[in-house]
Amino acid sequence: MFYIIRRILLLVITVALVSVITFSVFQILPGDPVRTMLGTEADETQIESLRNELGLNRPLHEQYVDWIRGIFTGDLGNSIRFSMPVSVLLMERLPVTLSVAGMALFIVVLFALPLGIFAAKRQKKFSDVVLSSVTQLGMAIPSFWLGMIIILYIGMNVDFFKINGYIPWSESIKGALSTLILPALTIAIPQIAVKFRYVRTSILDQMQLDYVRTIRSKGLPERIVVYKHILKNALIPILTIFGLITAEVVAGTIIVEQVFALPGIGQLLITSISYRDFPLVQGIVMYITITVVFINFVVDILYSVIDPRIRLR
Amino acid sequence: MKSSTVETNKHKEVLLEVNDLKVYFDINRKKVAKAVDGVDFSIHKGETVALVGESGSGKSVTSLSVMRLIQMPPGKIVSGSIKLDDKELLSLPEKSMRRVRGNEIGMIFQEPMTSLDPVFTIGNQIIESLVYHQGLSKKSARKQAIELLNIVGIANSEKVIDGYPHQLSGGMRQRVMIAIALSNNPKLLIADEPTTALDVTVQSQILKLMLKMKDTFNSSILLITHDMGVVAETADRVLVMYGGQIVEEAEVKELFLNPNHPYTMALLKTMPNLDQHVRRLPSIKGNVPPAHMFPEGCRFADRCEFAMERCRLVAPELENISDGHKVRCHLPFMKGGEALGQ
Ligand SMILES: Nc1ncnc2c1ncn2[C@@H]1O[C@H](COP(=O)(O)OP(=O)(O)OP(=O)(O)O)[C@@H](O)[C@H]1O
Ligand SMILES: [Mg+2]
Repeated sequence: MFYIIRRILLLVITVALVSVITFSVFQILPGDPVRTMLGTEADETQIESLRNELGLNRPLHEQYVDWIRGIFTGDLGNSIRFSMPVSVLLMERLPVTLSVAGMALFIVVLFALPLGIFAAKRQKKFSDVVLSSVTQLGMAIPSFWLGMIIILYIGMNVDFFKINGYIPWSESIKGALSTLILPALTIAIPQIAVKFRYVRTSILDQMQLDYVRTIRSKGLPERIVVYKHILKNALIPILTIFGLITAEVVAGTIIVEQVFALPGIGQLLITSISYRDFPLVQGIVMYITITVVFINFVVDILYSVIDPRIRLR
Repeated sequence: MKSSTVETNKHKEVLLEVNDLKVYFDINRKKVAKAVDGVDFSIHKGETVALVGESGSGKSVTSLSVMRLIQMPPGKIVSGSIKLDDKELLSLPEKSMRRVRGNEIGMIFQEPMTSLDPVFTIGNQIIESLVYHQGLSKKSARKQAIELLNIVGIANSEKVIDGYPHQLSGGMRQRVMIAIALSNNPKLLIADEPTTALDVTVQSQILKLMLKMKDTFNSSILLITHDMGVVAETADRVLVMYGGQIVEEAEVKELFLNPNHPYTMALLKTMPNLDQHVRRLPSIKGNVPPAHMFPEGCRFADRCEFAMERCRLVAPELENISDGHKVRCHLPFMKGGEALGQ
């Protein structure tokens, strides 16, 4: 119980820190959004009135408190470029990014976990060696290139897939899948390669430990040895690495959304940075960070579910 | 075996019989470690046999071979036979071997701190064995697990059964290990240095417990140890191992009163006092030769104060020198003039 309370405290502190950093970074950054909006022709009075309108002339701490309140109430101000509420823009884009990231994560777990267990069980036998070499290859592929290859060879040839744009889930589930599977695959493939090796090593490490010898000495069948005892123990290091994945997958979506022309957060982020659309950038960064921090929190909680040494400390 | 069954044990039945066991490990393409190299011994019903020897002499490999828990590769059982009640274990299919492990033979290991699965409860780890081997329901297995914990002297067993290994002390964990090893009433209990990692006071408690369990469950014990004090206190018969071979075998009294192999003598000399337990054997001068480069002749010759030229050229055989007393040495002190005059 103490463990969970400590983690919650840690979560709150991390988010608070991140919010301060995100907020102050955009105060320091060069470039004036108001000038960008009005163009080079604008005169000083125009600029000044717009600053007042946007609240940019108020003291920093007031702006910060306002902004924090906004994060909780969903009012993050207006985007300078799109002249509409940041929250509306985010809500439009968020489902796209979350779908791609979630699907990629699902694909990674779906393949890396069973393959890793399989390879560990046949350590150094032919199938293990083949798998390990193939995944070595997978690790070396950059995802934008992989994305283009996938578009060329799968996207263009298989009718089911669309390689441009996005169809919302609410419109058609099949349509959404047809636009999301390939981007998710593009993110997932290099990740599968890395995570597969990690799962394999984690399981092999466990196999060397004393407690496994004890279980074998009890005469229990291999299925109990591997899937009950070894797997649960190996899940502790595996979980760590799958916690780290989420950050990587989110970063991966930013690139892949460009390649597949998906209207997600990543695309929005890139365009809004070049436009110095600060309210929008701040909102995006804040939400991405909260997501990642929250997932790490969930991972921490899962640790305590698996490992009594953490839970009962 | 070369000699007939030991006279003093004639009335007893043989439980385990190991013959010419050779277990090698491939170190690399050229080197082979002959960890166990032609071991013969037997254990009778109800008997406690101690297996002693310095680190690296092949004690653990011998005991793990009986359980068929040698990792292969790099290990391989090159030759030999291991019979439990006339059942040849080395040719048993893996599935039947699982019925032997944890059921007919129970095993306790040296490291109580790491020998239990940290993420499952004590109860779970006892119960799974009961359920698998005896087909008990979860509920009656739990009852029996609590019973077992009581038998091995764990006071608040109803609470401990739902606890985790990290909540117990080393001695308590070793008691749990004994409960697990005994859970299916095995005929043979193999204990590989069960007390080495424990405090001295806890050591004797655990040893007493094992002997009591042996009587309660009417089983035999193969006790591996470094500690001659433990041997004197617990064993009926002693096997002294060196360089992957048995170099001397005798009833415990005979061995202490009348040791014949220079290695055994050295071992006994390093023991300060019979009542005093030593954690590690104080060293005999020189080192055990590594298992991949044993010398041509006697493997102990380089460290032996009595070594003759013959010892370095011809490897001695394990020979009977009196009833139930066997020695692998060219200089058998008890053999009398017959051998020495040769
Ligand atoms: N998995 C392995 N791979 C290679 N060599 C091994 C392996 N296991 C054991 N050996 C070798 O076999 C020999 C005997 O080892 P064993 O563990 O049986 O010794 P021991 O008598 O039990 O020693 P200790 O008292 O230290 O436990 C050692 O020389 C060791 O190098
Ligand atoms: Mg050992």
